[in-house]
This record gives sequence, C-alpha cells and structure tokens, in this order.
Amino acid sequence: MKYLKFLDNEFFKEAGELSHFTARFFRELSKPKQEYEEFINQCFWIGYKTLMLVGVTGFIMGLVLTIQSRPTLVEFGAESLLPSMVSVSLVREIAPVITALICAGKIGSGLGAELGSMKVTEQIDAMEVSGTNPFKYLVVTRVLAATLMVPILSSLANAISLYGGFLGVNIRGDVSWNLYWFQVFKILSFGDVIPSLIKTFFFGFAIGIVGCYKGFSSQKGTEGVGRSATTAVIVASLMVFIIDLIAVQITDLLGLT
Amino acid sequence: MEQVVKNPVIEVKNVNKSFGDNHVLKNFSMSVLPGENLVILGKSGSGKSVLIKCIISLIQADEGEIIVLNSPIQELEQDELDHLRAEIGFLFQSNALYDSMTVRENLEFPLRIHWTKEERAKGAEAAVKEALEDVGLLHTINMMPSELSGGMKKRVALARSLILRPKVILYDEPTTGLDPITSREISELMVSVQKKYNATSVIISHDLNCIKITSNRVIMLIDGTCYADGTYDELSKSTDPKIKEFFE
Repeated sequence: MKYLKFLDNEFFKEAGELSHFTARFFRELSKPKQEYEEFINQCFWIGYKTLMLVGVTGFIMGLVLTIQSRPTLVEFGAESLLPSMVSVSLVREIAPVITALICAGKIGSGLGAELGSMKVTEQIDAMEVSGTNPFKYLVVTRVLAATLMVPILSSLANAISLYGGFLGVNIRGDVSWNLYWFQVFKILSFGDVIPSLIKTFFFGFAIGIVGCYKGFSSQKGTEGVGRSATTAVIVASLMVFIIDLIAVQITDLLGLT
Repeated sequence: MEQVVKNPVIEVKNVNKSFGDNHVLKNFSMSVLPGENLVILGKSGSGKSVLIKCIISLIQADEGEIIVLNSPIQELEQDELDHLRAEIGFLFQSNALYDSMTVRENLEFPLRIHWTKEERAKGAEAAVKEALEDVGLLHTINMMPSELSGGMKKRVALARSLILRPKVILYDEPTTGLDPITSREISELMVSVQKKYNATSVIISHDLNCIKITSNRVIMLIDGTCYADGTYDELSKSTDPKIKEFFE
C-alpha cells in the first residue's frame, strides 16, 4: 500500500476532481433543456467584452514581431521574406497561444471569481433551492461560450496581427498593400490555419472548465474566492501550453508542418 | 367533539449527520404541523442550519428519514425534488440575492423553472409586484442588490422565497446582523406573510425577540439532539440550567 501513497498527493486529488467535473459537464450537456438565453448572454460577456483587449494585443503582437524579425532577415539578405515569415509565425502559433493566454487571464479569473463569490455567498445554493440546476445554468453555459468564443477571438487576433505586421514591415521598408497580402496568402495554407483553429477550441474549453471548476469548488470565504481566481489563471495557462504541445505533436505526426 | 388529526408537514426521524469526527445531529427527530411557526433554538455550531439544509436536501443526512409534504426527500429523483422545492421557500442567512441581477430579475428567477413561458408573460410582473408589496419594497424593483441596505436585502430575499406561494418557509437566522428595530420589523413581517400565505414556518434563530414574536413552538437543539420542546413561555420559565442559559 505504501507505493500507492503518492495517490494521496494534492495534485492527483485535484486532477481527479477536475476530471470528475469535466465528466459531469458532458453528462449535463447531453441532458435536454439547455439554458440558451444564458449561453447567449455569456457569449456576449466572454466574446464581445474581450474583443478590444484581444484586438489591441493582436495588433501590437504583429507589429512587434515584424520589427524584431527584420534585423535577422536583413543580415541574411532575406528581407523580402518578412511578410511570409511573420504571417506563418502569427497564424500557426503566436496569435492563438497569446490570445488563449489573454483569455486565460481575463475569462479564467472572471469565471473563478464570479462562481467563487456565488458559492461562498450561498447564491448557488439559492439557485438549487429554486429548482434550477446550477451546474447547467452556470457551468455548461460558460464552458460552451468559452469554447465557442476563444476560436473566434483567436481568428480575429490572427487577422488584426497581420495588419500590425503590415505596419511593422512599412516602418523601415516600403512594401505595398497588395504585395504584402500577396506574400501573406501565398505562404499560408489550410494546413496552417485549420490545425491552429482546431486547437483554439480546446484552449477555450480548458479555460472555461478550469475557471468554472475553481469557482465551483471555492471555499473559505473571500480568501477562497481570491485563491480560486488566481489558481484558475495559473492552471488554465498551463493547460494552454500543454494542449499546444500536444497539438504541435499531432500536427507534426500528420505531416502538416 | 371529534378531534381533527393533522398530518405533519415535515417529519424528521432519527437523523444523523457528521462532518468527519464532528457528530452534528444525533438521532434527531421532530415533526412540524400545518400552520405552525416552529423555532429551532441552539448555540452557534449546534447543527441548526445543517438540519434545515437537510430538510431541503442541500445537505444529505447520513442516516434517518426526512418527509416533507408527504414526500421522502432523500429518495426523490432530481425532477421530483425540483418540483417539491417549488412548495418550499428558503430564506438564507446571507440573503443569497443574485448580485448580477436586479431585484425584479431576482424575483423572476424561480418562475423561469416552475412557470411556463405563457404563464410568465401573463403573470410574472403581477407576481413580482405583489411579493414586493408584501414586504413593502415595491420601489426597489429596478434596483441592484448592492444598492439595498441589510434590512432591505432581507425583505427582498423574503419576497423571492414567497413568489411561488410556498406551503413551507424555512428561515435560516433571519435577523442575524440586523439592528433591533429592523430585526423586529422582519419578525413581524414573517408573522404577517405566514398569515397571508397560510404557510408553515421553520425558523432557525437565537434572537429571543424574534423567537417571542414569531414562534408558537420552540425546539432546543443541544448536543445534536432535541433537548426540549415547548412554547416560548414554557421554555423561558424552565429551571433546567441548559435551557435557562438561553433565556437569561
């Protein structure tokens, strides 16, 4: 039995509870009567209210990456490849991951704090007493909204970052609008866009489920709410990197790199 | 003269509940008759809140049987339990108002499950207004909970628990944290809504003024068991040191 003692570890306990929470999500999702109105409401809060932040970050991301990459390419006499290189980097990896990390910070902490404070002030119990299934109303709607909205935000960040790239290319150089977009679309293929889009659904799901789990399992009053919000961001960010690592391996195995 | 035998609205039989080594309820039994205003009195941490949360199945009892409105609450399927909960109002100690919703939305929330869309379109507005009028806060209908005082929040929470016209109302320390005047107003309000809705009430409290105003029977919960059962006057005159301690 002493060899099984490691199972008592807090990490494994937490992982087990998160898996149980995820399984409950799918169980509740498969039952009839979904909370469509709340789902639309959450899409607005998670999607629309994060749009500005993701847009500005995306633009700066494209601009900075282009400015930083230029000197190396100039050194090798490959300055003309700048739009192609930047677009592949942004679309395949940087924009989806940075967007997911921003969402982990904003959405993950928001969900952790919102549900955590509802838990400690007995609002979730009040919902249950009124005959509403709080898991379906609060968790299923928020996780679905995050799963749907993060890919949309990531796609927008992709597009906006390419505009940032155009500005970056033209700060030191002179590339026409048409030539820039010609080079961007010449190098990009569905093999770049589709895997990058698919993994953002998983990013969104992970951010939603971790934020809701942390909030739903919040304890010990206001201190617990703060801890839920913080750990939601940390765990969701870590999940984003782990999912990205797995996605890259799968893409590589499928020969899409 | 023929005596009318009333079936209890709530029956708690030999209920046990522990949290780790802390044995909170030990073979606890009680019954509540229709129209009664039963107060459960006990020290902090004696298991009073656990008991009413077991009654509404927010906490599962380890052993024993709880029957509410002739339904064994532990054996009900989720749908049946939701249906039964429509007959039970619950006033939380912390009020538990949804802080992202207005007072109107807070009151409409229970209706979305128990009323059809047509019923809500037809009667929700009137039901909300009537419940708010009952607690004297119709003017707060469009306010957020954060804009209300402690006493007002309590009244709105009470209005929300009344919106479905429950047969049983459970109050978890309704006057805790309120000043004596507001506490008295809330206690009187509880009596008036009980009369209007002809509901049965179970009140968890250790506020003697509230108990005096609201109760027609008092149960003392000491060491997880029903230590004493009687009217306020009977218990307040008791010479038992454990009971006397509360009334001094």
